[in-house]
Amino acid sequence: MRTLPLLGLLLISLASHAETPQQIRQTYAVEASVAQPAFTASAKRGETLFRQRFTNNDKMPACTSCHTDSPLKAGEHVVTGKAIRPLAVAANGERFSDPAKVEKWFGRNCKEVVGRTCTPAEKADFVAYMSEVR
Amino acid sequence: MKKIALTLLLGFALPAFADRMPLPANTPASFKNECSSCHLAYPPALLTAPDWQRTMAGLKDHFGTDASVDATAHAEITAFLERNAGNKSKAGGAGEPPRITQTDRFVRKHREVPAKYWKDPRIKSAANCEACHTNAARGSYSEHEISIRELRD
Repeated sequence: MRTLPLLGLLLISLASHAETPQQIRQTYAVEASVAQPAFTASAKRGETLFRQRFTNNDKMPACTSCHTDSPLKAGEHVVTGKAIRPLAVAANGERFSDPAKVEKWFGRNCKEVVGRTCTPAEKADFVAYMSEVR
Repeated sequence: MKKIALTLLLGFALPAFADRMPLPANTPASFKNECSSCHLAYPPALLTAPDWQRTMAGLKDHFGTDASVDATAHAEITAFLERNAGNKSKAGGAGEPPRITQTDRFVRKHREVPAKYWKDPRIKSAANCEACHTNAARGSYSEHEISIRELRD
């Protein structure tokens, strides 16, 4: 009988796994603190990462290639021309609210643009920037 | 007499039908989530089932991008595409890797588009249906809705 409410709770947590950008940032920050015990996320470092140009991909050398110089603005996929809604939470409230989606796009875009997986510290910084930029 | 009239009517109606390719009502969310982030969710009828299967088998290098999806989504999307794929006589072969833009149907439908438009910065890529077909996201590819005035009708 005790398993029933627990099962119910589990189902609820699976079905609606919405989080706040702060929670998502915190998860990455905790992960980052394993390697750097004094780690705290920095929006400034996040912005640097957002603007940094890499040499991995000629068509999309930086996040800004598709997301434009301002995360508050709508972007456009540099190859297909498909519209991309703003990355900044202030301009698009749906951003950084689904941990699985966030992890999927860090996975794809870091590999494609940076040329490697991003570290938990980089992800925490990036989420901090996107949550705070106005 | 009635039959002739009906046939005539049907003849007018068919080209209009061909311009409308909305996604089926039971389209799985995984198809929209995974396949319409970087490009339009292309109508499944635009490729044959074998061409969709080859596309799905090659997602790791999907036109230069790693577009891999997890196993559950992969199975669901493949089954959806197979169910709603176009038939060979209408869609035609799509080359290797399969490209919608290389099918006989696409080539035939777009043969009047002068080369300069494909290079227009507003269009960017032949994969960018919405650049010209303003209602493509809703499945409408009518010639009357083309955003570039000179190319209408």
